[in-house]
Amino acid sequence: MPRLLTGNRVETGDVIWWTGTGWSLHLKDAVAVDADGEALIARFAPQERINDLALIDADATDAGWRPRTTRERVRAVGPSVRPDFALPSIPVESI
Amino acid sequence: MYRYDEFDQAIVDARVAEFRDQVARRLRNEISEEAFKPLRLMNGIYLQLHAYMLRVAIPYGTLDSRQLRMLAHIARRYDRGYGHFTTRQNIQYNWMKLEEMPDLLADLASVEMHAFQTSGNCIRNISSDQFAAAAADEIADPRPYAELLRQWSTLHPEFSFLPRKFKIAVTGSATDRAAIQLHDIGIKLVQNGDGEIGLKVLVGGGMGRTPLLAHVIRDWLPVADYLSYMEAILRVYNRHGRRDNIYKARIKILVNDLGPAEFARQVEDEWARVKPLGLDPPPSELARIAAHFQPPVLDASAPVAIDLSDPEFAQWVAVNTHPHKVPGHAIVTISLKAPGEIPGDASADQMDLIADLAQAHAQDEIRVTHAQNLVLPHVRRDALFTIWQALKGAGLATANLDRASDIISCPGLDYCTLANARSIPIAQKLAVKLAPQEADLGELKIKISGCINGCGHHHAGHIGILGVDRKGEENYQLLLGGSGAEDASLAKILGPGFDENGIVNAVEKVIGRYQALRTGPDERFLDTYRRVGAEPFKEAVYG
Amino acid sequence: MAETLFRLRSDAGHDGPAVALADYQPGGAAVRLEPADDARALIPHLPALARIDIAFPKFREGRGYSAARILREAGFAGEIRAVGVLYVDQLAFLVRAGFDAVLPETPFDAAVAKATLARFPHVYMKAADAARPVWLLREEAALAGRT
Repeated sequence: MPRLLTGNRVETGDVIWWTGTGWSLHLKDAVAVDADGEALIARFAPQERINDLALIDADATDAGWRPRTTRERVRAVGPSVRPDFALPSIPVESI
Repeated sequence: MYRYDEFDQAIVDARVAEFRDQVARRLRNEISEEAFKPLRLMNGIYLQLHAYMLRVAIPYGTLDSRQLRMLAHIARRYDRGYGHFTTRQNIQYNWMKLEEMPDLLADLASVEMHAFQTSGNCIRNISSDQFAAAAADEIADPRPYAELLRQWSTLHPEFSFLPRKFKIAVTGSATDRAAIQLHDIGIKLVQNGDGEIGLKVLVGGGMGRTPLLAHVIRDWLPVADYLSYMEAILRVYNRHGRRDNIYKARIKILVNDLGPAEFARQVEDEWARVKPLGLDPPPSELARIAAHFQPPVLDASAPVAIDLSDPEFAQWVAVNTHPHKVPGHAIVTISLKAPGEIPGDASADQMDLIADLAQAHAQDEIRVTHAQNLVLPHVRRDALFTIWQALKGAGLATANLDRASDIISCPGLDYCTLANARSIPIAQKLAVKLAPQEADLGELKIKISGCINGCGHHHAGHIGILGVDRKGEENYQLLLGGSGAEDASLAKILGPGFDENGIVNAVEKVIGRYQALRTGPDERFLDTYRRVGAEPFKEAVYG
Repeated sequence: MAETLFRLRSDAGHDGPAVALADYQPGGAAVRLEPADDARALIPHLPALARIDIAFPKFREGRGYSAARILREAGFAGEIRAVGVLYVDQLAFLVRAGFDAVLPETPFDAAVAKATLARFPHVYMKAADAARPVWLLREEAALAGRT
């Protein structure tokens, strides 16, 4: 199963996704890191710029990545009860 | 209202400067996240699912209009235009940036507010009765006793690294609106035959993974010995509370393991040692603080009879106001629970409006309740209609206090990194479904938590709902029979859990069975449950 | 290790090793308390002791604050050294609880330590240090205002 690397930027707390070359606020820009995930965490953690680095499981769908857990879908989109803040990654009603 | 003197202000200002320095060191990478995290937590800053969250302390739930306007300003300037009032009488903001926190805390300090110890394994915000100084059944205003504790516990050198968080509530009324039996320490003001005030001390209550009711360890503590006795309790806990297992680290586990009598004996033993050390301030300090809480001068000849010909207004007066101890006055509860809205959330504009009303009509005071509503404590009855109209225009005139749609809900998995399931959508669905029949149902307290930590007080709900994770799916357990009031009891799980729609249906079935079993309109759901037990409800839901 | 030790005492101090409480012999000058040890067990031996080390094996550990304060309450005037996972931002808590030396895992920045100790102009409660709580300052101010 594809795995994505995510974390929160220390200055702002923003949820960010690893794009292969940098970080994006949008899940749709994420790349599957799969077996490289642990090595990337080992590389970024000591830099202390990204908090709560984690690898999460996601499915590739026609509409883009769909994280496996409700928690990660909420994290990727925003609170399901505030659709006005929803990020465009996956439809908020499909959380 | 307590007002800071030069000492209080200097301490809060120093805290802002300290945190400004700590944030700067963190952003320059001079300090690791591991070392920084406990520092930000002790300033109320969590990293949640979407951003940082800030929890601002509202000591004993009391605000003035200037402070509520500042909370509105913070919502606009630093957040997305709203805040969330919590079951600890605090307010949380959900979209905080760490780099802006020092300026925000400086703004708060400018109106004598702070975020000291709103997280971390330390003594948290002291909570109290939202009807303090207004309730007819009050022995004395509990807030001076809470303020004394606030000061004593602020940056306490011995008790800032406790085994776990520590929550204290103080009440001065026979009716318990502060849930003192569900706190680490509950303080109840009592009066002896000579009219003298003393303190009844309860220890070891709490919700969470192991819900327990508190035990009285002292029926009468002289006020003069208040702080030294608190030191003794905290020292016994700090030395002997479990630190090997985070789920067994609260004081309730220690009290339960030792037994209340042995725990009390150890406290008395420690107290005998610390009492001679001069830890207690002189009576003049409590008197100085109490002078800030002089009851407002209210006109006892204000008219009691008011025009109730508008049925919607009459309904709101009947449901959302309580008698005030001064004739011609009322205590107004402003519901933050309009069905379909997010329980406890208020927009910046709503906060400003309530601040204006408090200033114009309520002696400039606002209270936050543990049920996530706001209170105007001192209102002339002949001003109620004006207030109601203004509230109605802002979507704040829902007449549902303590009714089925007045649901307590934690932020749940929509915001919180600890949550296993969403709470808010369940609260919204239930509120919308139950609102049409709630007048008939009478008092019914539904409380929802998104995880076992129980911030939504599900164990104290007449009907409690606990969100759990079942193999990656949100699942909801149904609990019945809890109360956080003076008749405190712990709700019990009814049976297997449900999905999102299932839990809403299950609650409806429970309520349907209650309506069939109820002896009359005065029998609350909780009374019926206590009379008939769980079986009929189990049968209704699972049968 | 010398540059790691943060010490607020001006006396020479006792440099010898501290023995575990279980191995302590009456007359010994230095002892080490683990978090679960009862500091009160040392009270009969305080006259002989020059230094008491108190261990903080984890950041979350907080029992040592009570231990230090108990020792000061019993009249101990020798060195009380906090040893372990401790950060400079905890310094004010440590000093107020009765510690006058810290041996942290990673050295304190001297400038930050100095700023931390000078940070709060007032304290709310009595503790093991000499700081006078604000309720006392208020009382004095009120009395002065009356005369």
